[in-house]
Amino acid sequence: MGKVLYWEDVTEGQEIPPLVKHPTTQQLVKYAGASGDFYQIHYDKDFALNNGLPGVIIHGALKNAWLGQLITDWIGEYGTLKKLSCQYRGMDVPGDTITAKGRVTRKYVQDGKHYVECEIWIENGKGERTTPGSATVILPSRTNPL
Amino acid sequence: MTQATLLTEEQRRSLIGKESKPVSTVIEKGHIRRFAEAIGDPNPLYNDEVLARRSRYGGIIAPPTFLRAIHTEMIGLGTDLPGSRVLDAGSDWEYFEPVRPGDTITAVARIVDVRERPLRVGPALFVIQEITYTNQFGQKVATQRSTLIRY
Repeated sequence: MGKVLYWEDVTEGQEIPPLVKHPTTQQLVKYAGASGDFYQIHYDKDFALNNGLPGVIIHGALKNAWLGQLITDWIGEYGTLKKLSCQYRGMDVPGDTITAKGRVTRKYVQDGKHYVECEIWIENGKGERTTPGSATVILPSRTNPL
Repeated sequence: MTQATLLTEEQRRSLIGKESKPVSTVIEKGHIRRFAEAIGDPNPLYNDEVLARRSRYGGIIAPPTFLRAIHTEMIGLGTDLPGSRVLDAGSDWEYFEPVRPGDTITAVARIVDVRERPLRVGPALFVIQEITYTNQFGQKVATQRSTLIRY
Protein backbone atom coordinates (compact mmCIF):
# COMPACT_ATOMS: atom_id res chain seq x y z
CA MET A 1 0.00 0.00 0.00
CA GLY A 2 1.12 3.57 -0.24
CA LYS A 3 2.29 3.96 -3.82
CA VAL A 4 -0.28 5.01 -6.41
CA LEU A 5 -0.21 3.75 -10.01
CA TYR A 6 -1.90 6.31 -12.26
CA TRP A 7 -3.45 5.41 -15.61
CA GLU A 8 -1.33 8.12 -17.27
CA ASP A 9 1.86 6.37 -16.12
CA VAL A 10 1.00 3.10 -17.87
CA THR A 11 1.90 2.49 -21.52
CA GLU A 12 0.79 -0.27 -23.89
CA GLY A 13 3.50 -2.93 -24.10
CA GLN A 14 4.82 -2.09 -20.64
CA GLU A 15 5.88 -5.06 -18.48
CA ILE A 16 4.35 -5.68 -15.08
CA PRO A 17 6.98 -6.27 -12.34
CA PRO A 18 7.24 -10.09 -12.13
CA LEU A 19 6.28 -12.03 -9.00
CA VAL A 20 8.61 -14.94 -8.19
CA LYS A 21 7.43 -17.92 -6.12
CA HIS A 22 9.28 -20.93 -4.75
CA PRO A 23 6.42 -23.32 -3.95
CA THR A 24 7.03 -26.23 -1.60
CA THR A 25 4.92 -29.30 -0.81
CA GLN A 26 4.21 -27.59 2.53
CA GLN A 27 2.67 -24.65 0.70
CA LEU A 28 0.39 -27.03 -1.23
CA VAL A 29 -0.80 -28.54 2.05
CA LYS A 30 -1.45 -25.06 3.45
CA TYR A 31 -3.37 -24.13 0.31
CA ALA A 32 -5.37 -27.36 0.47
CA GLY A 33 -6.33 -26.54 4.07
CA ALA A 34 -7.14 -22.87 3.43
CA SER A 35 -9.08 -23.50 0.21
CA GLY A 36 -10.74 -26.79 1.11
CA ASP A 37 -9.43 -28.40 -2.10
CA PHE A 38 -8.29 -31.81 -0.85
CA TYR A 39 -7.81 -33.54 -4.21
CA GLN A 40 -4.95 -35.93 -3.38
CA ILE A 41 -2.90 -35.16 -6.52
CA HIS A 42 -1.75 -32.02 -4.66
CA TYR A 43 -0.30 -33.69 -1.53
CA ASP A 44 -0.24 -37.51 -1.82
CA LYS A 45 2.76 -38.50 -3.95
CA ASP A 46 1.71 -42.17 -4.31
CA PHE A 47 -1.77 -41.14 -5.38
CA ALA A 48 -0.31 -38.68 -7.91
CA LEU A 49 2.13 -41.29 -9.32
CA ASN A 50 -0.71 -43.85 -9.62
CA ASN A 51 -2.62 -41.26 -11.65
CA GLY A 52 0.20 -40.97 -14.16
CA LEU A 53 1.54 -37.67 -12.81
CA PRO A 54 5.24 -36.96 -12.22
CA GLY A 55 4.48 -36.38 -8.52
CA VAL A 56 2.28 -33.93 -6.65
CA ILE A 57 1.31 -30.91 -8.75
CA ILE A 58 0.40 -27.33 -7.88
CA HIS A 59 -3.32 -26.47 -7.61
CA GLY A 60 -4.43 -24.52 -10.68
CA ALA A 61 -6.31 -22.20 -8.35
CA LEU A 62 -3.08 -21.43 -6.46
CA LYS A 63 -1.50 -20.26 -9.72
CA ASN A 64 -4.66 -18.23 -10.30
CA ALA A 65 -4.10 -16.64 -6.85
CA TRP A 66 -0.50 -15.71 -7.80
CA LEU A 67 -1.73 -14.06 -10.98
CA GLY A 68 -4.15 -12.08 -8.79
CA GLN A 69 -1.26 -11.06 -6.51
CA LEU A 70 0.83 -10.05 -9.55
CA ILE A 71 -1.89 -7.57 -10.48
CA THR A 72 -2.87 -6.29 -7.01
CA ASP A 73 0.82 -5.74 -6.10
CA TRP A 74 1.24 -3.72 -9.30
CA ILE A 75 -1.92 -1.59 -9.15
CA GLY A 76 -1.74 -0.94 -5.40
CA GLU A 77 -4.55 0.08 -3.09
CA TYR A 78 -6.10 2.62 -5.48
CA GLY A 79 -6.34 0.32 -8.47
CA THR A 80 -9.38 -1.96 -8.81
CA LEU A 81 -9.20 -5.45 -10.29
CA LYS A 82 -12.27 -5.97 -12.51
CA LYS A 83 -11.48 -9.17 -14.43
CA LEU A 84 -8.99 -11.98 -13.93
CA SER A 85 -8.81 -15.03 -16.21
CA CYS A 86 -6.45 -17.93 -16.67
CA GLN A 87 -6.31 -21.29 -18.39
CA TYR A 88 -4.42 -24.23 -16.91
CA ARG A 89 -2.56 -25.55 -19.95
CA GLY A 90 0.42 -27.17 -18.28
CA MET A 91 1.24 -28.71 -14.91
CA ASP A 92 3.58 -27.07 -12.42
CA VAL A 93 5.39 -28.82 -9.61
CA PRO A 94 6.71 -27.80 -6.18
CA GLY A 95 10.48 -27.26 -6.09
CA ASP A 96 10.43 -25.36 -9.38
CA THR A 97 10.76 -21.58 -9.59
CA ILE A 98 7.44 -20.20 -10.71
CA THR A 99 7.15 -16.64 -12.01
CA ALA A 100 3.96 -14.69 -12.62
CA LYS A 101 4.46 -12.15 -15.40
CA GLY A 102 2.40 -9.73 -17.43
CA ARG A 103 2.30 -7.02 -20.04
CA VAL A 104 -0.09 -4.15 -20.75
CA THR A 105 -2.02 -4.79 -23.97
CA ARG A 106 -4.49 -1.92 -24.09
CA LYS A 107 -5.58 1.21 -22.22
CA TYR A 108 -8.82 3.08 -22.75
CA VAL A 109 -11.43 5.30 -21.12
CA GLN A 110 -15.05 4.19 -20.93
CA ASP A 111 -17.89 5.90 -19.03
CA GLY A 112 -15.33 8.15 -17.36
CA LYS A 113 -13.36 5.16 -15.99
CA HIS A 114 -9.72 4.54 -16.85
CA TYR A 115 -9.16 0.93 -17.88
CA VAL A 116 -6.03 -1.11 -18.53
CA GLU A 117 -6.01 -4.60 -20.04
CA CYS A 118 -3.09 -6.95 -19.56
CA GLU A 119 -1.90 -10.27 -20.80
CA ILE A 120 -0.65 -12.32 -17.82
CA TRP A 121 0.88 -15.74 -17.44
CA ILE A 122 2.68 -18.21 -15.18
CA GLU A 123 6.10 -19.33 -16.34
CA ASN A 124 7.98 -22.38 -15.04
CA GLY A 125 11.74 -22.58 -14.40
CA LYS A 126 12.35 -23.50 -18.06
CA GLY A 127 10.60 -20.35 -19.22
CA GLU A 128 7.53 -22.24 -20.52
CA ARG A 129 4.15 -20.53 -20.18
CA THR A 130 1.99 -23.07 -18.39
CA THR A 131 -0.90 -20.80 -17.43
CA PRO A 132 -1.83 -17.96 -19.78
CA GLY A 133 -4.48 -15.43 -18.85
CA SER A 134 -5.64 -11.85 -18.86
CA ALA A 135 -6.68 -9.10 -16.46
CA THR A 136 -8.63 -5.86 -16.64
CA VAL A 137 -8.13 -3.12 -14.05
CA ILE A 138 -9.42 0.39 -13.38
CA LEU A 139 -6.74 2.84 -12.32
CA PRO A 140 -6.96 6.29 -10.77
CA SER A 141 -6.34 9.13 -13.21
CA ARG A 142 -4.49 12.36 -12.58
CA THR A 143 -7.60 14.05 -14.02
CA ASN A 144 -9.75 12.77 -11.09
CA PRO A 145 -8.17 13.56 -7.72
CA LEU A 146 -8.15 10.55 -5.33
CA MET B 1 -16.70 -45.54 -37.58
CA THR B 2 -18.91 -43.37 -35.44
CA GLN B 3 -17.55 -42.21 -32.14
CA ALA B 4 -19.43 -43.02 -28.96
CA THR B 5 -21.21 -40.00 -27.54
CA LEU B 6 -21.55 -39.21 -23.86
CA LEU B 7 -24.85 -37.36 -24.02
CA THR B 8 -27.79 -37.17 -26.39
CA GLU B 9 -28.63 -33.71 -27.71
CA GLU B 10 -31.72 -33.73 -25.48
CA GLN B 11 -29.65 -34.55 -22.37
CA ARG B 12 -27.14 -31.87 -23.29
CA ARG B 13 -29.83 -29.23 -23.66
CA SER B 14 -31.52 -30.21 -20.41
CA LEU B 15 -28.26 -29.59 -18.51
CA ILE B 16 -27.81 -26.04 -19.79
CA GLY B 17 -29.26 -23.56 -17.35
CA LYS B 18 -29.39 -26.06 -14.48
CA GLU B 19 -28.71 -24.34 -11.15
CA SER B 20 -27.23 -25.53 -7.87
CA LYS B 21 -28.75 -25.05 -4.45
CA PRO B 22 -27.61 -21.71 -3.00
CA VAL B 23 -24.98 -22.17 -0.27
CA SER B 24 -24.28 -19.35 2.22
CA THR B 25 -21.04 -18.83 4.12
CA VAL B 26 -20.15 -16.27 6.77
CA ILE B 27 -16.71 -14.89 5.92
CA GLU B 28 -14.27 -15.10 8.84
CA LYS B 29 -11.32 -12.78 9.30
CA GLY B 30 -9.09 -15.70 10.34
CA HIS B 31 -10.00 -17.60 7.18
CA ILE B 32 -9.00 -14.61 5.01
CA ARG B 33 -5.69 -14.35 6.89
CA ARG B 34 -5.02 -18.09 6.54
CA PHE B 35 -5.85 -18.05 2.84
CA ALA B 36 -3.58 -15.04 2.19
CA GLU B 37 -0.79 -16.74 4.13
CA ALA B 38 -1.26 -19.99 2.17
CA ILE B 39 -0.93 -18.24 -1.18
CA GLY B 40 2.05 -16.27 0.18
CA ASP B 41 0.52 -12.80 -0.19
CA PRO B 42 1.56 -10.45 2.64
CA ASN B 43 -0.69 -7.55 1.48
CA PRO B 44 -1.81 -5.73 4.68
CA LEU B 45 -5.33 -5.33 3.26
CA TYR B 46 -5.77 -9.04 4.09
CA ASN B 47 -4.18 -9.20 7.53
CA ASP B 48 -3.59 -5.80 9.17
CA GLU B 49 -6.70 -4.22 10.66
CA VAL B 50 -4.96 -0.88 11.32
CA LEU B 51 -3.52 -0.34 7.84
CA ALA B 52 -6.62 -1.80 6.18
CA ARG B 53 -8.83 0.56 8.25
CA ARG B 54 -6.87 3.55 6.94
CA SER B 55 -7.08 2.32 3.34
CA ARG B 56 -9.74 3.24 0.78
CA TYR B 57 -11.56 0.03 1.77
CA GLY B 58 -11.93 1.07 5.42
CA GLY B 59 -11.14 -2.44 6.66
CA ILE B 60 -9.86 -5.90 5.81
CA ILE B 61 -10.91 -7.39 2.46
CA ALA B 62 -10.38 -10.82 0.89
CA PRO B 63 -7.84 -11.58 -1.89
CA PRO B 64 -9.29 -11.88 -5.43
CA THR B 65 -9.48 -15.67 -5.56
CA PHE B 66 -10.56 -16.17 -1.91
CA LEU B 67 -14.07 -17.16 -3.02
CA ARG B 68 -12.58 -20.49 -4.20
CA ALA B 69 -12.37 -21.29 -0.49
CA ILE B 70 -16.08 -21.03 0.34
CA HIS B 71 -18.38 -23.97 -0.08
CA THR B 72 -20.28 -24.15 -3.36
CA GLU B 73 -22.45 -26.91 -4.72
CA MET B 74 -20.34 -27.57 -7.82
CA ILE B 75 -23.09 -28.69 -10.13
CA GLY B 76 -20.57 -29.27 -12.94
CA LEU B 77 -18.91 -31.88 -10.70
CA GLY B 78 -22.20 -33.77 -10.27
CA THR B 79 -21.79 -37.54 -10.20
CA ASP B 80 -24.87 -37.84 -12.44
CA LEU B 81 -22.82 -36.41 -15.33
CA PRO B 82 -20.78 -38.74 -17.54
CA GLY B 83 -17.03 -39.03 -17.04
CA SER B 84 -15.22 -40.29 -13.95
CA ARG B 85 -12.29 -37.88 -14.18
CA VAL B 86 -12.56 -34.12 -13.98
CA LEU B 87 -9.96 -31.53 -14.94
CA ASP B 88 -10.24 -27.88 -13.95
CA ALA B 89 -9.23 -26.05 -17.13
CA GLY B 90 -9.29 -22.51 -15.77
CA SER B 91 -11.38 -19.64 -14.42
CA ASP B 92 -12.65 -16.25 -15.55
CA TRP B 93 -13.45 -13.93 -12.65
CA GLU B 94 -15.35 -10.68 -12.71
CA TYR B 95 -15.42 -8.47 -9.62
CA PHE B 96 -18.08 -6.01 -8.51
CA GLU B 97 -17.74 -5.42 -4.74
CA PRO B 98 -15.07 -6.25 -2.14
CA VAL B 99 -15.61 -9.27 0.14
CA ARG B 100 -15.21 -8.41 3.84
CA PRO B 101 -15.05 -10.34 7.12
CA GLY B 102 -18.58 -10.72 8.50
CA ASP B 103 -20.18 -10.80 5.05
CA THR B 104 -22.57 -13.63 4.31
CA ILE B 105 -21.78 -14.74 0.77
CA THR B 106 -24.24 -16.91 -1.11
CA ALA B 107 -22.89 -18.95 -4.02
CA VAL B 108 -25.07 -20.33 -6.81
CA ALA B 109 -23.54 -22.34 -9.66
CA ARG B 110 -25.25 -22.59 -13.02
CA ILE B 111 -24.33 -24.64 -16.08
CA VAL B 112 -23.85 -22.20 -18.94
CA ASP B 113 -22.83 -24.60 -21.69
CA VAL B 114 -21.96 -28.25 -22.31
CA ARG B 115 -20.01 -29.36 -25.36
CA GLU B 116 -18.63 -32.70 -26.34
CA ARG B 117 -15.19 -32.85 -27.93
CA PRO B 118 -12.85 -35.72 -28.74
CA LEU B 119 -9.67 -35.92 -26.66
CA ARG B 120 -6.85 -38.42 -27.12
CA VAL B 121 -8.27 -40.40 -24.18
CA GLY B 122 -11.74 -40.54 -25.76
CA PRO B 123 -14.80 -38.30 -25.88
CA ALA B 124 -14.82 -35.57 -23.24
CA LEU B 125 -17.45 -33.18 -21.94
CA PHE B 126 -16.50 -29.53 -21.57
CA VAL B 127 -18.82 -28.12 -18.92
CA ILE B 128 -18.85 -24.34 -18.53
CA GLN B 129 -20.12 -23.43 -15.09
CA GLU B 130 -20.67 -19.94 -13.71
CA ILE B 131 -20.82 -19.28 -9.99
CA THR B 132 -22.48 -16.04 -8.87
CA TYR B 133 -21.53 -14.76 -5.40
CA THR B 134 -23.97 -12.40 -3.67
CA ASN B 135 -23.55 -10.66 -0.30
CA GLN B 136 -26.08 -10.08 2.50
CA PHE B 137 -27.16 -6.78 0.91
CA GLY B 138 -28.17 -8.57 -2.28
CA GLN B 139 -25.16 -7.08 -4.13
CA LYS B 140 -23.44 -9.31 -6.66
CA VAL B 141 -19.81 -9.30 -5.47
CA ALA B 142 -18.24 -11.54 -8.13
CA THR B 143 -18.79 -14.19 -10.76
CA GLN B 144 -16.45 -17.07 -11.52
CA ARG B 145 -16.85 -18.90 -14.82
CA SER B 146 -14.88 -22.12 -14.98
CA THR B 147 -14.37 -24.85 -17.52
CA LEU B 148 -14.48 -28.42 -16.25
CA ILE B 149 -13.34 -31.21 -18.56
CA ARG B 150 -14.97 -34.58 -17.80
CA TYR B 151 -13.78 -37.74 -19.46
